[in-house]
Amino acid sequence: MNPNAARTWDEFMEGIWHQNPVFVMVLGMCPTLAVTVSVVNALSMGLATLFVLVCSCGLVSLMRNITPKEVRIAVYIVIIATFVTVVDYAIQAISLKLYDALGAFIQLIVVNCIILGRAEAHAAKNPPLPAMINAAGMGIGFTIGLLALGVVREVLGAGTLLGVPLFGASFQPWVIMVLPPGGFFVLGAWLLFFSWLARRKLRKQQAKLVEATQNA
Amino acid sequence: MTTPLIEIRSAPHVQGPKSVETIMRHVVYSLLPICAFYVFQYGISALASIAVVTAACLLAERFFVGTGTQAGRLSDYSAVITGLLLALTLPPGFPLWMGAVAGLVAIALGKALFGGIGFNVFNPALVGRAFVQAAFPTAIATYTPSFLAGRFTEFIPSSLAWPLMVPADAAAWLKAKNLDALAGATPLAKWKFDGVVANAIDLLTSISGNMAVGPAPVLILLCGAYLALRRFMDWRIPLAIIGSAALTAWLLYAFDALRYPNPFFMLFSGGLILGAVYMATDMATSPVTPKGMWVYGALIGLLTVVIRYYSGLPEGVMYAILIANAASPLIEKVTQPVPFGRGVLDRARKRATYPLNPGYISREEASAVTPKKRFLPNKPKK
Repeated sequence: MNPNAARTWDEFMEGIWHQNPVFVMVLGMCPTLAVTVSVVNALSMGLATLFVLVCSCGLVSLMRNITPKEVRIAVYIVIIATFVTVVDYAIQAISLKLYDALGAFIQLIVVNCIILGRAEAHAAKNPPLPAMINAAGMGIGFTIGLLALGVVREVLGAGTLLGVPLFGASFQPWVIMVLPPGGFFVLGAWLLFFSWLARRKLRKQQAKLVEATQNA
Repeated sequence: MTTPLIEIRSAPHVQGPKSVETIMRHVVYSLLPICAFYVFQYGISALASIAVVTAACLLAERFFVGTGTQAGRLSDYSAVITGLLLALTLPPGFPLWMGAVAGLVAIALGKALFGGIGFNVFNPALVGRAFVQAAFPTAIATYTPSFLAGRFTEFIPSSLAWPLMVPADAAAWLKAKNLDALAGATPLAKWKFDGVVANAIDLLTSISGNMAVGPAPVLILLCGAYLALRRFMDWRIPLAIIGSAALTAWLLYAFDALRYPNPFFMLFSGGLILGAVYMATDMATSPVTPKGMWVYGALIGLLTVVIRYYSGLPEGVMYAILIANAASPLIEKVTQPVPFGRGVLDRARKRATYPLNPGYISREEASAVTPKKRFLPNKPKK
């Protein structure tokens, strides 16, 4: 693997793990808390965001040399809004039920800070292919984050996974899990878990460092 | 001759005999008669509920103390109090697995999250109860009548629900025992939805008439009086709560006796007495200033009556105490006592300086002259 490919792979993994938009950067909390009531909602929201993210970052990157600096935010918004409209109509055509469940949050992808942040921080400074790879990593990371919340909330809140009952007919749903407080509780629990992982890794690294210095 | 040892250390030099552990142990002692009465009322279901909820609290406490994320020790009895109080606020036929969830959440969200004993902002038992109230609204509203025949040999069927499963229908079980479904409603629910006001004396002792109530308020008051006399609890908070709830209820009763029940019904129904004596007086979550305690108690009493009268829920003690818990740092801040040596009406003079020289301090010398107080000139106004 040449060093260039390794760097690209790192950029891709960046969004999925080290800079995960939901669990590390804690960005885009509005859709995260609002639409993760079920796995289907979470997955479709994540995929919609992924599509908009990749396409708009590619286009922003293509236009980076002809975009005047003063109006760049307006340009980004127009580009993002174009793809959001595409997704909006596509979801409406595929499933009206899903469209109603996601509500205003599809249109609100326009002002999603993850997308604007990627456009401003990465796509505007890099050629199209790396920009799109980085954006794809971020989008997949966001989708994983939404799924993590959606799975817990759907299993506890309705006793189903992807609409399939897991515990039989006499399951007692935890009403709180489909309410907003449940979203906050589950998000908090996941954040706790990931910060515990990060700390454990740091401790291991420190222990390894101490060991290395002692041996030397 | 041995050289005298001088030990130098900072204050406090004299410690009182009361430690956190002593206080908590006595609170547990005073809760035992109440729990015994509760078991006498509802039989083995209540016993199992108390045991499971307390065990869940202790388990969570053990875990969080063990991982070092929480202050305190398992042996300081605070988790036992949380468990017992939580079990007393839940219906006797509450499914045991839900009780365990409530206990775990109470310690994890109510206590460990804030750093353990003494750091919690909200009463842990009430946090646990609020969680299960939001998660399982039907199960927590399902009461069964007390003093049923055979309560010591037979579980209430809803207690023994499988984990994650819907509990058995208590109404069908009552029907099999030739009791109507209304027998399982609490006095507050009966008043709220059917307009039936129970007799205050019956509520006070809760012995007669198979009512679906918690332990007798008179017993709770006696146990609270023991704690207050031993100075393990401040008497101001319960008194303020009961006084303010009675006053608010009486004012409304005087205004419209047909629409509002009498104040005695308000005081002795539901969990008001238990909440006033045991939950609101939690030391970590209530103000420490005497004036603040009155304000805090008055707030709880007022909110309880307001929630009971004007909201969709029949019972309001839990939310009233949680709201007052949130307000207690503010209450503490605005009710700071006046420093010693300053009258209530005296205002500290701004920009006054009191020169501190030896002549000023030792006035015993005949020649010493007390210097006049000097004031710095006011700053010129620009």
